[in-house]
Amino acid sequence: MSETDLGLWAVPLAILAGAIRVSTPFLFVSLGECLTERSGRINLGLEGTLVFGAMAGYAVAYESGSAWAGVGAAALAGIVFGYVHGLLCSLPKVNDIAIGIALMILGMGLAFFFGKSYVQPVAPNLPAIGLGWWSESPQVRSALQVNALFFIGAIAALGLWWMFKSTRVGLVIRVVGDSSDAARATGLRPNRVRVLSTAAGGAFAGIGGAYLSLYYPGSWNEGISSGQGLMAVALVIFARWNPILCFWAALLFGGAGALGPALQSVGISQGYYLFYAAPYVLTLLVLIATSSPNRAMTGAPGELSITK
Amino acid sequence: MTVQGQNAKGALGVETVGMTMRFGGFTALDDVSIEIRPGSFHALLGENGAGKSTLVKCIMGFYRATAGQLMVGGQEVDIPDPNAAHAMGLGMVYQHFTLVPSLTAAENLVISRADAPSVIDWSRETAALEAFLDGMPFRVPLDQPINRLAAGEKQKLEILKQLYLGRRFLILDEPTSVLTPAEADEVLGLVRGLCEAGQITVLMITHKFREVTAFADEVSILRRGRLAGKGRVRDLSHAEMAAMMVGAAALPQSAARDGAAGEPVLSLEGVRAIDRSGLKPIAIDRLEVRAREIVGIAGISGNGQMELMEILAGQRKPAAGSIRVKGQPFNARRQQARINCVRYLPEEPLRNACAPKMSVTENIGFRTFDVNGKGPRFWLGMRELGRNAAALVREYKVKTASLESPIAALSGGNVQRAVLARELSGEVDLLLISNPCFGLDFSAVGEIRARIMAARNNGAAVLLISEDLDEIMELADRILVMAEGRIAFETPGGQADITEIGRHMAGHA
Ligand SMILES: Nc1ncnc2c1ncn2[C@@H]1O[C@H](COP(=O)(O)OP(=O)(O)OP(=O)(O)O)[C@@H](O)[C@H]1O
Ligand SMILES: [Mg+2]
Repeated sequence: MSETDLGLWAVPLAILAGAIRVSTPFLFVSLGECLTERSGRINLGLEGTLVFGAMAGYAVAYESGSAWAGVGAAALAGIVFGYVHGLLCSLPKVNDIAIGIALMILGMGLAFFFGKSYVQPVAPNLPAIGLGWWSESPQVRSALQVNALFFIGAIAALGLWWMFKSTRVGLVIRVVGDSSDAARATGLRPNRVRVLSTAAGGAFAGIGGAYLSLYYPGSWNEGISSGQGLMAVALVIFARWNPILCFWAALLFGGAGALGPALQSVGISQGYYLFYAAPYVLTLLVLIATSSPNRAMTGAPGELSITK
Repeated sequence: MTVQGQNAKGALGVETVGMTMRFGGFTALDDVSIEIRPGSFHALLGENGAGKSTLVKCIMGFYRATAGQLMVGGQEVDIPDPNAAHAMGLGMVYQHFTLVPSLTAAENLVISRADAPSVIDWSRETAALEAFLDGMPFRVPLDQPINRLAAGEKQKLEILKQLYLGRRFLILDEPTSVLTPAEADEVLGLVRGLCEAGQITVLMITHKFREVTAFADEVSILRRGRLAGKGRVRDLSHAEMAAMMVGAAALPQSAARDGAAGEPVLSLEGVRAIDRSGLKPIAIDRLEVRAREIVGIAGISGNGQMELMEILAGQRKPAAGSIRVKGQPFNARRQQARINCVRYLPEEPLRNACAPKMSVTENIGFRTFDVNGKGPRFWLGMRELGRNAAALVREYKVKTASLESPIAALSGGNVQRAVLARELSGEVDLLLISNPCFGLDFSAVGEIRARIMAARNNGAAVLLISEDLDEIMELADRILVMAEGRIAFETPGGQADITEIGRHMAGHA
């Protein structure tokens, strides 16, 4: 079949496929941010972690020949960044937002520095799973090539949701995130919980980065991230700190990101680039629509420095 | 240490021997020895800043006493931190709630247990909690997040939590300061019942003599960090306890009312807003406060009083209606407040009227730091601010280690005094007050009420929002009752009928 056979269906199909493809890094970074923020800290450094994870993942995948080893390396790098953020923020009179910005710049700088020699080489890609077997159309088939990390992310979203509801670790993180005083009165050590949550959150962001360099777009260069790490912060607020809503929000942002390319693919050649701005506009709209001067945000962890 | 403790019924006795606590050069506790017998309900009285909270924090291991011993169940023990105290069966309900606001009651209970399972089987835990609650004299809804519970229910849950954790010696730090009198009686009655059943021993810090007489067996009284007296409640009158608390100092007299009401100062018309939860409407059709008049607003908490205060203080935007001060529109700008001499004493002053980490001097200077005579100023006059603060601290008897200490380090009552000192200095034409005497000892209460009355006699219009009906009855020239976000009833202060007011407060008119 040719493009015209699908007709106008091509646009929603392209958006759906794009949403799935573009959303995965959003999903991972926002899950990481969600976990960190639920413990009462905000980590703006995840953008840097994402870029460093993309570089580290690509480099290790190239050197070892295994894309999954790359993902592991990216997660490890994320843990280190998160751990450093957590430790620095545990010092007295240190502000988590300032540290986050510093680490964001550090992470990107380090990634560019170490990544210079990996711009040329070609590393193995992450495998995708074809969900289009039922269709004759090659377009449908190629659109429904879904990367394994997308499923892992979806499962992680469910897992985090379950963890917050039904495990001691999850409840401890929520207690610490909602009230330091209450946490201390129960004999918990808030700083330790926050450091570990931030480290785990960093791992998610690192994996998100590995997805960028190992699947889509699938190569390492300095412009690999288009701010997914920062937009994830807005996305978490939009998702009300709920991992499952993070999943849907990531899909929505991914869909917005796929709007421009989708329109271009059906031959709209003018003005489509405006739609490239859709995710950023969506971020702004979301932040404005969910803000209120009179009400505290529902679901916001009480210890978060931006909502306190 | 927790669940198995539940079965081991048997109240614990606790004794402090020569307990002393110094903060730097300041002695907050000086050689205090008190004995709390197992199964008794023991009250701890004292003025604001007398050292009551410090004493119980030493018992619970929050502070390490500088000197002195602690006996638990007849044995000398060392308690390095709160976990050690918990392990021995000592528990505390704090002056401020320590439940986690966004968690449900069930989640709060389960996670507070030291042996909470790593994967929580909610159907089993809920069943166990229900079974536990069945054995208790009172219960709370388990599936509601804490921030939806009323203050009384939160306090009950705090106490239930301690019992659930198997605590056999319970410290209550001003447990009723956030409760209405009816809620307070209910909660304390239930606690008293548990003492009589021999399940727990209770040490309660309070400022209310009535509660001491009604519920406690024994009482110890602190004054400036020292044990000033103790005895059986049965043998002591309120006057005797009061005398032990304040020593030789003269008791404040309530001020006389003087002069009749003048021109209207504050007038509200058709004010509409939405309450905190965002669900219930607030509607004040008409409210007027005149010079030399105290208008008291009575009501059970959560009926819109807090929101009304927020509207008047500019913390909440009304959706409609007009607010006028001396005939001019008023939206609580600093400039307007200064020109019209409007002053505020909101509730929870540490949160609503202070910068907690700034010093006492700076906090007292908030009204004046940016003016020089009549005009604005650029450089701060630190020396003048210091002098002004020192004078006010002396006049209002604010107890503080130094003028430079952060205001958050002051005891609750002293924060209140510091804010009052700031707000009442200079000319006052309109005074907006909300629950001014929460958590204050009786002499401070008397003093603050006298100052409010004095401000009125000097010509100020006073709006007094209070959950303490006695306070309203004592001070107000005119009484309004707020229920469900509206003004439900109005009566002159002199001949008010307290049962009728109560009926309107409860919403059955
Ligand atoms: N951490 C601290 N550092 C310095 N001074 C302190 C500290 N904690 C308490 N104080 C001082 O010790 C004194 C006793 O305070 P405490 O809180 O025990 O009073 P309180 O009897 O509980 O008063 P209130 O009835 O107002 O709660 C106060 O003068 C207070 O300023
Ligand atoms: Mg106290």
